[in-house]
Amino acid sequence: MLTFFLKRLLGLLPTLAIVAVLVFLFVHMLPGDPARLAAGQDADQQTVELVRAELGLDRSLPEQFGRYFLNMARGDVGVSIRTRRPVATEIGERFMPTLLLTLTSMAWAVAFGLVIGIVSAVYRNEWPDRLGMTLAVSGISFPAFALGMLLMQIFSVGLGWLPTVGAGSWKHYILPSLTLGAAVAAVMARFTRASFVEVLGEDFVRTARAKGLKERVVIAKHCLRNALIPVVTMMGLQFGFLLGGSIVVEAVFNWPGVGRLLVDSVNQRDYPVIQALVLMFSLEFILINLVVDLLYGLINPTIRYK
Amino acid sequence: MSETALTATAAVASVPSGVRTPWSEFWRKFRRQHVAVLALAFVVVLVALAILAPWIAPYDAENFFDYDRINEGPSFAHWLGVDPLGRDILSRILLGGRISLATGFLSVAIGGLVGTVLGLLAGYYEGWWDRIVMRLSDVLFAFPGILLALGVVAILGSSLVNVVVAVSVFSVPAFARLVRGNTLVLKRATYVEAARSIGASDRTILLRHILPGTVSSIVVYFTMRLGTSIITAASLSFLGMGAQPPTPEWGAMLNDARADMVSSPHVAIFPSLAIFLTVLAFNLLGDGLRDALDPKLDRA
Repeated sequence: MLTFFLKRLLGLLPTLAIVAVLVFLFVHMLPGDPARLAAGQDADQQTVELVRAELGLDRSLPEQFGRYFLNMARGDVGVSIRTRRPVATEIGERFMPTLLLTLTSMAWAVAFGLVIGIVSAVYRNEWPDRLGMTLAVSGISFPAFALGMLLMQIFSVGLGWLPTVGAGSWKHYILPSLTLGAAVAAVMARFTRASFVEVLGEDFVRTARAKGLKERVVIAKHCLRNALIPVVTMMGLQFGFLLGGSIVVEAVFNWPGVGRLLVDSVNQRDYPVIQALVLMFSLEFILINLVVDLLYGLINPTIRYK
Repeated sequence: MSETALTATAAVASVPSGVRTPWSEFWRKFRRQHVAVLALAFVVVLVALAILAPWIAPYDAENFFDYDRINEGPSFAHWLGVDPLGRDILSRILLGGRISLATGFLSVAIGGLVGTVLGLLAGYYEGWWDRIVMRLSDVLFAFPGILLALGVVAILGSSLVNVVVAVSVFSVPAFARLVRGNTLVLKRATYVEAARSIGASDRTILLRHILPGTVSSIVVYFTMRLGTSIITAASLSFLGMGAQPPTPEWGAMLNDARADMVSSPHVAIFPSLAIFLTVLAFNLLGDGLRDALDPKLDRA
């Protein structure tokens, strides 16, 4: 298990390296001069040159790449052009609200998705299935920003039950996490149903029923575990979707997270922050896939880690 | 089953009734799914509305301002009401449909084309080329779509054209993987071996024997991808990084409506409904096509 883990971790390095190089080249792909951008519109040539030297942009490309890598290894990802504060501090302050939001959404999504998916599979082609799958296909089709605005209009403005924007208390989490989780719940429900329907047709399920087990036991003990294997993989992929979705949802609910930071940085062309955030998002996604691989083994004992 | 799907359209006219062609088989299976048929009809209407939008829209979507009815709800003069600037919402939604359908279709078409070519070559030749393509796909996959799109917009600037580029880029790896997988299976099929043994060139084998075999899964995936792409493009415009005001793009319209959500919710509701129904139609159509063409394709 441990060797497998280490091997997988090593296997991630090439992917991570490519991402890092791409992110590094990012600044050099930009139209215009990043030094001039950093110095501001009205800066004279001398100031621009000063800023260029300060950012290290006057050195050769390989030299810059080396410095970029060394700095990154030391945890120094630069200074925000917009706020003049270290990027690490900026991201650090915004990281937890986003992480909590993503995790809450995932919890909703898994709970709703599994229940709807299993119920739909068990009552296949009956009304619970039709209802569940109608909900699911609607969930995939409703854009998160529209859903967020709708929920806010109903529950915050209309009924006044929940706060509109910000992240102060647990009540603030309800609407954004539901908004963010809806599409993932829908995908999970469809996927769980498909996987469950397949397992329900297996011989061992018939055997379990034939030996007189209660239907509930057959479903909970014999089917669930087998049906969950593909679902867990799906969960990992959906995490990436949540990370992306959080960017939109945070904009709707004015959430003080990294998603909104990214949008603000793109709007203001704050390149050091964009660089660091893209790198962070990718790293997060790659790590989640690793965790999914490990979970996979816990659920499915037929996989041997070699 | 579908290796002749491409030529089937032409053949169907000359086939006497009662003979099963791939096309008639598909239609037989598709017709039974009433929801999907309904979705197809809706899509046809949408496309027609989008094409005819400039002629059927009751008002000028960008330059007509009805200052007496600002923020008014639906009425006979303005079926879907008026926005805070006095513009007719129905006209804006009709013209916005043109934009959403065009961005969605173009970006999936570009992404699908590039992805299909890469996938065919990677699956057929394998080796180092395959490894490079798949590694790049992995990397692109490692970026959530909208993040990738934001990156592209950050480099190229905010505009609709750049949104199309951004959304195409993130469609490429999905198509490349799908087609590569199919190609790996098909190139070992007996009929491909037969083609090779009579001296068919790689080009002929790829274009005439393997590509038609993957068409059904490409069509299914294409349809499903359209919904996602329309949402992504609208999301980018909603964030202010796609269509710029006063362009009547659905996502941008919702962004504009945010400020007046409390006093005039209809300004936000109708564009939301437009996006929802359009994407829903494509998703239902995709489900129907999948069940009729490619029952083994993933159900998610």
